[in-house]
Amino acid sequence: MARAGAASKRREGMHNAQELIVCEHCDSVYRRRPLARGEVADCTVCGAVLERHQWLGVEAQFALIVAAFIVFVIANVSPIVTLGLSGMTAATTLWGAVIAMWNDGAQVVAFLSAMTLFFFPLSQILIFGWVLWFARDGRRAPGFAQAMSTLVRVKPWSMIEVFMLGTLVAVVKAHTYFDVVPGPGIWAFGFLTLLVTLFSSHDPRQLWDITREARA
Amino acid sequence: MNAPPRASELGMMSCHVCRLVTAYTEDPHAHCPRCGNALHVRKRGSIARAWALLAAAAIFYIPANVFPIMRTQSLSSKDDNTILSGIAELWRAGSPGLAVIVFTASIIVPVLKFVIMGYLLVSVQRSSGFVAKQRARLYRFVELVGYWSMLDVFVVAILSALVHFKILSRVEPLPGVVYFGVVVVLTMLSAMSFDPRLIWDNRKSQ
Repeated sequence: MARAGAASKRREGMHNAQELIVCEHCDSVYRRRPLARGEVADCTVCGAVLERHQWLGVEAQFALIVAAFIVFVIANVSPIVTLGLSGMTAATTLWGAVIAMWNDGAQVVAFLSAMTLFFFPLSQILIFGWVLWFARDGRRAPGFAQAMSTLVRVKPWSMIEVFMLGTLVAVVKAHTYFDVVPGPGIWAFGFLTLLVTLFSSHDPRQLWDITREARA
Repeated sequence: MNAPPRASELGMMSCHVCRLVTAYTEDPHAHCPRCGNALHVRKRGSIARAWALLAAAAIFYIPANVFPIMRTQSLSSKDDNTILSGIAELWRAGSPGLAVIVFTASIIVPVLKFVIMGYLLVSVQRSSGFVAKQRARLYRFVELVGYWSMLDVFVVAILSALVHFKILSRVEPLPGVVYFGVVVVLTMLSAMSFDPRLIWDNRKSQ
C-alpha cells in the first residue's frame, strides 16, 4: 500500500531527525511530534510557528523548482509591459529597469533591484534545486551545509512578490497617459509569485532530517 | 498546561542557522557540528546593532521623504514627485485602492517599523515583563511586512525604464528614491539584528 510505504519511509527518515525542537523566537523547548496534513505547531509561549507539516514531498518540490527555473528565465527575457504613445512603443524587462536606474544616477537602486529580483531569487532556485536533486535519494549534495546556510540567509532578501505588485502600480500609473499592453513577463512574474507563496510554507531545513551523509 | 522549559534551563542551545539542538556552550568560537556556522546563545551585539541600524534608517528617512523620488517630463510640463505627492496623484488620477496600498507600504510600514523596533529595544533594555507575548507578535509583524516597503522603489524603476519617449515624455529617478531604498534595507537589517529571545530573558515581573 502506497500509504503504509510512505509512513514507513517517514519513520525511517525520523531516525536521524531531532527529537527536540527549540522555538527560534523565545528558546522554549518542545518534544517534536509528527504533524498531520495541514497541521502547524505553534509555540505556546510566544505564539511563533515551530514547524509546519511539509505537504510537498521531495520529488514534488524538485518538480516545482524546475518549473520555477523555467518561469524565472521567461520572466527575465520577455517584456513585462509595453507602452504606446502616438504610434511609438517602448517595452522593458527586469534588466531594462536595472540598467535604466544605473544610467540615470540611481546606481544604489539598480544594485538593490539586481540583487533582490535577480541574483538572490536565482541563487535560491539553483541551490534549492541542487540539494533537492540529491535529496530525492536521501543523499546530501556536495557542499550541503554551505548550500543550506545560504538558503536561510538569502531568503529574506528575495523580493519577487513586491516587484509583482510594483509592476501593477506602475501599469496603473502609466495607464493615465499611455496605452499599456501587458507582456508575457508580467504573467511569468505572477506565476513566480504563486510559486513563492507555495514554497513559503516549506522550510528547506527539513532536508537535514530526511537526508544522510554519504558514507565515504 | 505548564510552560515548556527554556533551552538554557536544560543546558541546551539551538543553532540559529540549521536549528540543531546542541549542548550549551559559552565558547565564542564554537561551531555547529552539523552546518558549521558559529554557535551563539543570542545574536551577537543584538541591541547595539539594532539601535545603530535603526538610527541610521531614521536619518535617511528624512531625505527619502523630503526629496522627490521621480521626475515626469513631457513637452509642456516637468513634474517632480515625492513619495507623498506621488501617492496623492495616484489617488486622484489612477486608482484609490492602489494608492492605499502604496501609502501603507511606503509610509505606514516604515513609520510602524521605527516605532515598534524602538519600543522593543527600550522594553528589552529595561528588562520589562510587560505584554511579552504581544511584543513577540509585534516583532514577527515587523519581520513579515518589512520588505514590502521596496514597492515604491520598484515602481520608479519600472516607470523609468518604460517611459523613455525622447523629448515627448520621460520618467527619471531622483535622489529621494535612493535614500528610500537605503532606509528599507537598513530597517530590515535592524529587525534581523534584534534577537526576539531577549524579550523573554531576565524579565523583572511576570
